[in-house]
Amino acid sequence: MRRSGWFWLTIGGLYFLLPLAATAEFSLKEGDSYSLGPYREIFNDPQFRDTFFLSLKLAIATIVVALLLFIPTVYWVHLRLPRLRPVVQFISALPFVVPPIVLIVGILYVYNYQWVPSKYLGSPYYLVPGYVVLAFPFMFFALDNAFRAIDVHTLTEASQSLGAGWTRTLWRVILPNISAGAIAGAFLTFALVMGEFTMASLALFNTFPTYINYIGQTKANPAAALTILSFGITWLALLGILMVGRRPGRGAVQVGGAR
Amino acid sequence: MAYLELQHLHKEFGEFTAIQEIDVALEPGEFLSLLGPSGCGKTTALRIVAGFERPTSGRIVVEGKDLTHVASNHRDMGMVFQAYSLFPNMNAQDNVEFGLRIRKKPPGERKRKVAELIELVGLSAAAKRYPHQLSGGMQQRVALARALAIEPRVLLLDEPLSALDALVRVQLREEIRRLQTQLGITTLYVTHDQEEALSISDRVAVLTQGRIEQIGVPADIYNEPNTPFVAEFIGTMNRLEATVTDDGEVDFQGTRLRVDNARGHRSGERVLVLVRPETLAVEPSGNGSGLGGKVVAHIFLGATTRLKVDAAGQELSADIPSTRAAALPVGARVSATFPAESARVLGLEEKPASPATAPADH
Repeated sequence: MRRSGWFWLTIGGLYFLLPLAATAEFSLKEGDSYSLGPYREIFNDPQFRDTFFLSLKLAIATIVVALLLFIPTVYWVHLRLPRLRPVVQFISALPFVVPPIVLIVGILYVYNYQWVPSKYLGSPYYLVPGYVVLAFPFMFFALDNAFRAIDVHTLTEASQSLGAGWTRTLWRVILPNISAGAIAGAFLTFALVMGEFTMASLALFNTFPTYINYIGQTKANPAAALTILSFGITWLALLGILMVGRRPGRGAVQVGGAR
Repeated sequence: MAYLELQHLHKEFGEFTAIQEIDVALEPGEFLSLLGPSGCGKTTALRIVAGFERPTSGRIVVEGKDLTHVASNHRDMGMVFQAYSLFPNMNAQDNVEFGLRIRKKPPGERKRKVAELIELVGLSAAAKRYPHQLSGGMQQRVALARALAIEPRVLLLDEPLSALDALVRVQLREEIRRLQTQLGITTLYVTHDQEEALSISDRVAVLTQGRIEQIGVPADIYNEPNTPFVAEFIGTMNRLEATVTDDGEVDFQGTRLRVDNARGHRSGERVLVLVRPETLAVEPSGNGSGLGGKVVAHIFLGATTRLKVDAAGQELSADIPSTRAAALPVGARVSATFPAESARVLGLEEKPASPATAPADH
C-alpha cells in the first residue's frame, strides 16, 4: 500500500478506536484508581438482568417471526414472482427511510383498535411486530443474497420430481442451502433488537437499550462499562456472521449490497 | 399398447403459442428424442410431461391413466436437468437416496439401492463427495442415478449433456443409452443436438415452432426428410432450387440433372432438390457433365475433407476422402455429380404436410 493509504487508514482507525479506547479506560476508573468496580456494579444491578433478558427474549422472538415470515416470502419471490423482486427490495428498504419514531406512532395507533386483545397490549411482545419491520431490510438482503447463490428453480423442480411436496422441499432442500443467509440475517436482527431504543422508550418498556440510557443519565463510570458491554454484543453478532460465511462447503455470505 | 402418450398438447404463454398439437405415443421401453432449435417448444413439452407446466389443452397419459392434473411430485417421473441440479448440501449418495427417503423406504433397502445405482453410473469411489467436488460429467451421472433410484415410470432428460465438454458428452450419451436399454425404461429426451438425437434414439421427433415436423427412426429422419426444415436441420444438405423437366430430370440453372425422385412431380413444377455432401462426387472439369463450378475452400475434417464449390452462385458442400483433396485445390474448375437415386425432392409450391402435423390449425 502507498504511504498516503496508510495515512488515511490510520486516521480512520483513530476516528473509530480512540473514543472506544477512551470509553474503555473510563469504564475501569473508580475515583483515581483503576478497578472492575463499575462492571461489578452493573452486573449486580437486578435491573440489568431484567432488561437484558427481556431484550434477549424479544430478539429471539423477532428472529423467529422474521425467519418464518421472510424465508417463504423471499423463496416465493425468487421462484414465482421474480419480476416483483425489485418492488420487494424497495419495500424492504423503507424502514431505513421511515424513522422508527414514525413507525412506533403508527403501531401505537394501530393498537388502539378494539380487536387487539388488551392482554397483549401490556406485554412487551407488543414490540415484536415493530422490530420485525425494522429487521426486514437486514433479513431481506441476507436472504436475497443466499437465494441468488443457488438455482432455486432447478433445485425445487428436482426435489418435486423426486416426490417431495412444498414443505419437504423447503425444509430439506432449500433451507439447508440458504441457512448461512438466514443465520446472518438472524445475527443482524439480534444486534438490532439489542440496541433498539426509540420504539421501546416511546412504548414505555424497560428494555436493555432504555436501561443503557437510564444508566447513562445517572451513573458515569458504569455507563461507560455498559457501553463497552453492548459493543461486545454487537461485535459477537458480527463475528457470528463472519464465522457462518466461512464455514467450508457453503457459499460465502454477503450482507447487503449487490454481488 | 402405448405406454406414454402426449395427446394433442397445446400450450400458450399469453399471446405466445409454445406448442400446438403435439401428439406422440411411446412404446414401453422406447427412447424418443424431441429435437429442435431453441424456442421450438421441446423443453415446454417435456416440462408438461413432468408436471412443471400445465397444458392449455391436451392430456398426458401413462399406462392409460390420465396424469394431466396430477402434481409433479406424485407423477413418479425421474428427471435430469440441463443445469446442475444436485442438492449442494448433500453428498452424492445422499442425493441418490433423497427420493427413497421421501418414499419412506426402509433403511436397508435404501442403502442397497443407492449402492447399486452409484455403481451403475460408475461413481462408487466418489459416493461421499459433495456436488462442488464433482466434475460436470460426474454431477450429471449422480443426477441420472438419483432420477433412476425412484424407479420412475418415465425418465425425462432435458438437454442433460449441453453443459459438458465434447468428449464427456459423447461418452455419457452412450452410457445413458446403455443404462436405458438395460433397465428398459421409457425415456423422453430433449436436445438441440441432431447428432446426439440420431445416435441414441429409437425414434426422433423434429420440432419447430411448437409442432412436430417429422417423427421417425433416425435413419429415416436423416435419409428421407419430409420438409425443407428437417432437411436443413438434420446434417448438412445442399439445396438446389430446380424445375422439373422430363420424367426423372430437373433443370438447375440450365444444367440437366437426373433425379429419380422427381418422377412424382409434374413437368414445369418448381422443386427443391436435396443432396447430402457425402453423395456429391467432385471431379476435375473436362467431361462437362454435372454441375460446373470452382473450388472455393477446403475444410479438413480428418478422414474426409469438405469442399466448398461455387456453382454459378450456388454454394455446394461435398465431402470427399482427404487423400483425394490435394488433386482438387482451391481455384480448380470442377464438376459435381450425384447418383440419380440419392437426392430427395420436395415440392416448393405447396408445403408438404408431414403425417404428424395437423394442417387444420392456423
